[in-house]
Amino acid sequence: MPYKILEKKQIAPQVHLMKVLAPDVAKAAKAGQFIILRIDETSERIPLTIADFDAEEGYVTIIFQEMGKTTKQLAKMNEADELQNLVGPLGTPADVRKLGTVILVGGGVGIAPVYPQVKAYREAGNKVISIIGARSKDLLILEDEMEAASDEFHVATDDGSKGHHGFVTDVVKEILDSGEDVTRIVVIGPPILMKVAAGMTEPYGVETIVSLNPIMIDGTGMCGGCRVSVGGETKFACVDGPEFDAHKVDFNLLMSRLALYRNEESECLENHECTCRGGN
Amino acid sequence: MAAREKMLHQDPEKRVENFDEVALGYSEEQALAEAARCLECKNPKCVEGCPVNVDIPSFIAQVKEGKFDKAIATIKETNSLAAVCGRVCPQEVQCEQYCVLAKKGEPVAVGRLERFCADREREKGVEAPVKAEPTGKNVAVIGAGPAGLTAAADLAKAGHAVTLYEALHDTGGVLTYGIPEFRLPKAIVREEVDYIKQLGVDVKVDYVIGKIKTLDELRNEFDAVFLGTGAGLPKFMGIEGENLNGVYSANEFLTRVNLMKAYRFPDYGTPIKRGKRVIVVGGGNVAMDAARSALRLGADEVSVVYRRGEDELPARKEEIENAKEEGVVFRLLTNPVRILEGENMTVKGVECIKMELGDPDESGRRRPVSVEGSEFVIDADIVIIAIGTSPNPMILSGSEGLEVGSRGTIVVDDSGKTSLENVCAGGDAVTGAATVISAMGAGKLAAKTINEYLKNN
Ligand SMILES: Cc1cc2nc3c(=O)[nH]c(=O)nc-3n(C[C@H](O)[C@H](O)[C@H](O)COP(=O)(O)OP(=O)(O)OC[C@H]3O[C@@H](n4cnc5c(N)ncnc54)[C@H](O)[C@@H]3O)c2cc1C
Ligand SMILES: Cc1cc2nc3c(=O)[nH]c(=O)nc-3n(C[C@H](O)[C@H](O)[C@H](O)COP(=O)(O)OP(=O)(O)OC[C@H]3O[C@@H](n4cnc5c(N)ncnc54)[C@H](O)[C@@H]3O)c2cc1C
Ligand code: SF4
Ligand code: FES
Repeated sequence: MPYKILEKKQIAPQVHLMKVLAPDVAKAAKAGQFIILRIDETSERIPLTIADFDAEEGYVTIIFQEMGKTTKQLAKMNEADELQNLVGPLGTPADVRKLGTVILVGGGVGIAPVYPQVKAYREAGNKVISIIGARSKDLLILEDEMEAASDEFHVATDDGSKGHHGFVTDVVKEILDSGEDVTRIVVIGPPILMKVAAGMTEPYGVETIVSLNPIMIDGTGMCGGCRVSVGGETKFACVDGPEFDAHKVDFNLLMSRLALYRNEESECLENHECTCRGGN
Repeated sequence: MAAREKMLHQDPEKRVENFDEVALGYSEEQALAEAARCLECKNPKCVEGCPVNVDIPSFIAQVKEGKFDKAIATIKETNSLAAVCGRVCPQEVQCEQYCVLAKKGEPVAVGRLERFCADREREKGVEAPVKAEPTGKNVAVIGAGPAGLTAAADLAKAGHAVTLYEALHDTGGVLTYGIPEFRLPKAIVREEVDYIKQLGVDVKVDYVIGKIKTLDELRNEFDAVFLGTGAGLPKFMGIEGENLNGVYSANEFLTRVNLMKAYRFPDYGTPIKRGKRVIVVGGGNVAMDAARSALRLGADEVSVVYRRGEDELPARKEEIENAKEEGVVFRLLTNPVRILEGENMTVKGVECIKMELGDPDESGRRRPVSVEGSEFVIDADIVIIAIGTSPNPMILSGSEGLEVGSRGTIVVDDSGKTSLENVCAGGDAVTGAATVISAMGAGKLAAKTINEYLKNN
């Protein structure tokens, strides 16, 4: 079954957006869910969050950052090319309800998975404060979309090239200190950001939710490779998550598991780039 | 009485370096000689031992006469996955155990003859199957393992429009993601799947029922539904250290190796940790497959750690022998209690305890009890947990009223019907982890039940 790329554009250095034709997936998708795709016969299966979807037009939008072999290969694909496999929607949808005021934080490509949640929380009648952050302003994505979808919108950059000079967590802290009655905070981004944010919000006692990104294969609870430790219990992120209570997650374990194949990944990338050059 | 024909195997020293098939099959001369041993009993016991009742004496008689085409046709009357069953069925506890010759010594090698017939047909090119007139009814089959494939084939032959939904990107179920290439070449599974496609079955991969569509939605869309979703959820032991890096479930390890071809990394993109010292916990076919795969990935030492004794190992005898020949170490009457942590949350070793066998438990097997104070450590960098699986509950999400037993298994009656009108189920999803042939038997039974149901509704 072909999964045709309908549209592709680069939205930041090394960050790309793609709309992929997958009508049945688009029909069933909800905020917080992800897909797993495979480019061709020899390629790895990689999970990517559903950043947007259109049930009528029958496509899902993915936003990905070039990391290793598979995402670099994906970045070379263009409109009208086809992916060999795409399965989804996987994972438990985000628990979006009317709660009051919700802060949504996206760091780096983590802004992509936060975007559908911003829309969903707002639709559910919440006051949505969103904060996006990146190392520098060139790396910010979906700025206009996020601003338009939020009641209140903040930007933070590590180098101060835009918005608050510093981390997104500084902005969260400021809002909490200002006495704003916040019911829930959702943070999606690199594991280290989610870890720091969890530590920051804990003393305030505000419910904080993170979306975990462990290494996955099947995404259906069959391999157990995506196991994470939450409140001392083992959970499979692909079916029990990917969202969990940030204050209960063992982030050190998550980060060590993400580093598991580092040597193999660089070997694979070298091999890939060698054959690419050799072929040209 | 002539001795049973030996089957040629790849040399153990060579085969641990490749993933090519280990057992090489019979030559025509061998097949004729082996078939000649069959007594063509008037009251053949072997057939009773076969879960799908293949007409064993007839097909063997046809082999005897060199009518190989007829022989495979006879097998296919009841078994559409002959090349698979000829390789992975536990014949020693099925047909061959019941063969009258087993009492006097060696039973007829029914499985090897079955494999010979199927392979010979494949070499010649399989003929397109005959189908019945379309009935105008449609049936959804969920899961493309042996249960689903068999049900889909029988339902399509009966003239129904069949759609087969599979969660993974490839068909075959455990035959594809679990059982390694060296025991069951994937090309064979693929040809079996092509056969059901020729029957007109619409195969949809990348399609997770419970996520993309619920069972309730399928029940409205189709006249009947068959659930063959298997028992894919891995069990862990719940001991300390199980989340360390380097601890795999057998499912993850084998899926990386078989489905994703990690043994061909980096030509294939999926990596796998190649351990030097590997421990596999468990004693079934899954444990043997994981241990033998780890050896082929280049481990120096692979140990199977099992809490009961040699006689209780649940794996097929043939595969235990193959594993031993290849150098897998068996540490029996041994149970892991803790996985020890090395640098950066990796595995350093496994603390085990010695066991002895006490009184029989409910399963009739003697219960293993730990010997106090007998703890010792086995060094390891990879640990693979192969202690069993249970049905995956994914199918249940968003579906009402499907009765499920205590261990997560789907409850069915004698005819394969579930608690829901127009839904049947079978295979590992109903029994818990079992065998290929029992899953096929359940697929056949359910197809028959669905046929009758569709005639009346
Ligand atoms: C539920 C989920 C949603 C995700 N959503 C997004 C998204 O919207 N946008 C985005 O850019 N990234 C997302 N990721 C991460 C993305 O899957 C990885 O960046 C990608 O797999 C890297 O593959 P690679 O071959 O290019 O790099 P590699 O060189 O293979 O790996 C680079 C790093 O990516 C991680 N990784 C590798 N393989 C996997 C895998 N199979 N599953 C998860 N992580 C892996 C590891 O930390 C690794 O060190 C998500 C991950 C998960 C689990
Ligand atoms: C490593 C290993 C070795 C084995 N060796 C032997 C052997 O030598 N001999 C023997 O007889 N048996 C052996 N077995 C057991 C045998 O393979 C199983 O009993 C048999 O495959 C069960 O068949 P099934 O069709 O019920 O399920 P499976 O083969 O598990 O197939 C189920 C399929 O359903 C799909 N699925 C699940 N949920 C969904 C969903 N919600 N939507 C869509 N699709 C879904 C799964 O992806 C899978 O492809 C072995 C098992 C393993 C794991
Ligand atoms: S029981 Fe043994 S000898 Fe008798 S028909 Fe069956 S295979 Fe042949
Ligand atoms: S990815 Fe395999 S169980 Fe979650």
